[in-house]
Amino acid sequence: MEVRFTRGKSAILERSLTRPKTEVSVSAFALLFSEMVQYCQSRVYSVSELQARLADMGQGVGASLLDVLVMREKNGKRETKVLNILLFIKVNVWKALFGKEADKLDGFPAKVTVHWHKGTTLMIKFDEAVIARDKTLDGR
Amino acid sequence: MSRQSNRATDSKKMNSELFTLTYGALVTQLCKDYENDEEVNKQLDKIKFTSHVVLHRFFQEGCAAGKITNKMGYNIGVRLIEDFLARSSVGRCHDFRETADVIAKVAFKMYLGITPSVTNWSPAGDEFSLILESNPLVDFVELPDNHSNLVYSSLLCGVLRGALEMVQMAVDVRFAQDTLRGDSVTEIRMKFIKRIEENLPAGDE
Repeated sequence: MEVRFTRGKSAILERSLTRPKTEVSVSAFALLFSEMVQYCQSRVYSVSELQARLADMGQGVGASLLDVLVMREKNGKRETKVLNILLFIKVNVWKALFGKEADKLDGFPAKVTVHWHKGTTLMIKFDEAVIARDKTLDGR
Repeated sequence: MSRQSNRATDSKKMNSELFTLTYGALVTQLCKDYENDEEVNKQLDKIKFTSHVVLHRFFQEGCAAGKITNKMGYNIGVRLIEDFLARSSVGRCHDFRETADVIAKVAFKMYLGITPSVTNWSPAGDEFSLILESNPLVDFVELPDNHSNLVYSSLLCGVLRGALEMVQMAVDVRFAQDTLRGDSVTEIRMKFIKRIEENLPAGDE
């Protein structure tokens, strides 16, 4: 007979989703991020593979963030149109990640270019995941 | 000669959400990477593995990921100590008790925004526990059944070990209790092993 571990499982789902109050230092995050990049780098042989690995890790972060932010800011309503998603990213996502809104939203084609800005490669890539999915929705 | 503390970097804080998610992504990736048997054995040989651990399949991923995060934590700790000494005006600690207080009240507060309590001192004064009521690394984290042996926050052990080694203290850090494994609090046990003597090159002094 299977023994089901139930410890902790119900308690977590009861917790509130409001923004946590604890603040960690930016240097703690920077050091962690640096170790992640070094780890990825030790397992690949090319830059594009490195980017792909980092992007994979970022995708998980993005997916979780999307759920939380949508619940919090938009009352559970997810944006499905491209422009609205981009605005959502510009305002809410950027605020959650970097503490302030993105500077501006330029009209650009569907392909998101990678910005080499203080290690934001990880973050920009998950935009692609969101936009790519949207494109498939639009195409339907 | 007065030392100016860099106030600008003192106040750079961020919400712990991204930090928690990023660490989660890292552990997930490690568990995925170490699903492969041959890989596990090769990597584990590189990292000093205790001989009595039995390498069962369901055990491997957890252990490997734990060992790797510990090593990564060690690398972080080695660099973090410099950042810490630069940003805090704490001088050299005179004994292990002082070290414990500084770690709990200054370092943890500065980096993780929490203040663990220092308890359970051993009679010899060389071992103590840090009790963490909350741990930013594990907010909203649950260990699935097949990874119930994973020491998720093993990074923290590595950080403490690495940082203290850079100030000439060899310590052993391990988790005595973990909320992820069903305990009520997270308890980190730290044991002082020895003072690391600085090796001066021959001919000096």
